[in-house]
Amino acid sequence: MFELVINAIVAGILLGGFYAAITLGLSVSFGMLDVVNIAHPGFIILGGYGVWLLNTSLGLDPVLAGLILSPLFFFIGIGVYLVFYNSFEKRGADSLRGLVFFFGVLFLIEVTLILTFGVDYRLVRAFWIGKSIEVGFVGISLRLFIPFLVGVILTVVLYLFFSRTFLGMITRGVAQDSTAVRLMGANPILAKTIAFGLSIATTSIAGALLISIGPVEPGLGREFIGRVFAVTVLAGMGSISGTLIAAIILGVAESLTATLGGPAWGMAVSFGILLIVLGVKPSGLFRR
Amino acid sequence: MKKSFFLPAIAIIALGILLPQFVKVSYFYFAGYIVLQFMILATAWNLLGGYVGYVNFGVGGFFVIGAYTSAVMLLFLKSNIIIAMLAAGILSGALGFGVGYLTIRLRGIFFAIATLALSIIIQMVIVNWHWLGGANGLYIFRPEPFPPFSDYLEFLFALMLFVAFLSVMLVRYIEKSWIGKCFIAIRDTEEASECMGVPTFRLKLLATTLSGFMMGVAGAPFPYYITYLEPYSAMDLLITVNSLAMPLVGGTAHWLGPVIGAILLGGAQQIVSVTISSEWNLLIIGIVLIAFVILAPEGIIGLIQRRRS
Repeated sequence: MFELVINAIVAGILLGGFYAAITLGLSVSFGMLDVVNIAHPGFIILGGYGVWLLNTSLGLDPVLAGLILSPLFFFIGIGVYLVFYNSFEKRGADSLRGLVFFFGVLFLIEVTLILTFGVDYRLVRAFWIGKSIEVGFVGISLRLFIPFLVGVILTVVLYLFFSRTFLGMITRGVAQDSTAVRLMGANPILAKTIAFGLSIATTSIAGALLISIGPVEPGLGREFIGRVFAVTVLAGMGSISGTLIAAIILGVAESLTATLGGPAWGMAVSFGILLIVLGVKPSGLFRR
Repeated sequence: MKKSFFLPAIAIIALGILLPQFVKVSYFYFAGYIVLQFMILATAWNLLGGYVGYVNFGVGGFFVIGAYTSAVMLLFLKSNIIIAMLAAGILSGALGFGVGYLTIRLRGIFFAIATLALSIIIQMVIVNWHWLGGANGLYIFRPEPFPPFSDYLEFLFALMLFVAFLSVMLVRYIEKSWIGKCFIAIRDTEEASECMGVPTFRLKLLATTLSGFMMGVAGAPFPYYITYLEPYSAMDLLITVNSLAMPLVGGTAHWLGPVIGAILLGGAQQIVSVTISSEWNLLIIGIVLIAFVILAPEGIIGLIQRRRS
């Protein structure tokens, strides 16, 4: 029993690193820029399919494929943001229309994937998938460890970007006071566009991790909506380091529930946490 | 009010009974039922989303509770379809009442995500509930048709026609009354309307409960329609997307908006899924939804009003 719990906790921490990777983009777009990108998980699935194409046709390592795709996703993100900005933000339309827009984008991505690839599950191959390291009685599978590692690296990179670089600091400034940024002579819209592009650029990497951990099908994105929003809100909107911690909390909670209560209930945890956090402490744990 | 209600009501009932005597194509009722079902769902969604301004992304959850409540009533309690519809409405309305309490703390996007979360939890509970058939689903046999109907589907169509009429009339009545004006005040600025003496919380509870009730009722005849009920298809994302796309296409500010949207979008979907394919049909809804949200935020009714003025 004890070993089972320790194993579940370790697996949960590793899962948490992966959850951080899939959430970081949303922490930027939703948390900092106040753009309710409910289609974020859809872009992750799109990234997963892109990685699957590169992996099956060229035999590229999934994580490498995700990195190669991320510049392309950066520009997709910029395109989506420009449409969003010109049709909603600029006109001052109420935010609910923007929400419906992204809901439509999510639906469109799912349907396009079904039309091109069908509803079958897709898998990738890599030398590290399926291997594991034994540390005492704790088994660490590389299929979870590599995504954890990538998630942590991504957190550090984004943290440094938003705290050390000029562009990153402008973006954080936009989140706090857009007018002040403009008065300082910087262009808030340009900063927001680039930051949104970055948030979508992370989704191809997240998609690579997703398809490394398990098979992917077009409708999978919906299951992750609860997770990514739960982590973003729990972390405190826009907090990059908080995202990693909140993701690990969710990962451990899910893993323990799945071990003790049965795998079918694993997913209910994220939604449960989301509802509780929204109801009790909507500002999250690590409000910036 | 009375005259403007009873005459059309009798006309609608007569239409439901007389139509099967002349139109014998059973596909017409098969497709028409779905259009009417979405007319009710879209009207119910618009009551909360269009007037009060709270976006519900969990329509599928309310619908599936209605469908499963009615399936249990029909299968295990051998109940009448009308009683099953009431029970489905009451249970789904109770869920709506609970969701109403969420509006105290959650607004805008957070409310929308919470409803989406709720609907996914509902789906998980049903998938894991073996007594309800779990992921395997439930088989429901249609009863024998009774005169004047020669097919039970024709009766279901007439029933949905009448329920759709009642829902639209109810929402129309609310829109024209003081409640509708208070709803719009809440949508525009909740704090200000509270200060002006609008009982915002009680009205929001009313809206969520009524909206949930109508969605439950819309789901109740579904087991008889589909005859095989399983949690995945019964709460497809498509139900939610349609229920919010139809009011947005038709126009959210007027009671006719969801009706127009349901007839145009619902009718087009039935035609496309027969003539082309059901996947392309999904793509078209997605594109229409996005196009309308960007290009015609006031919907078709808004376009007509703009042309007139």
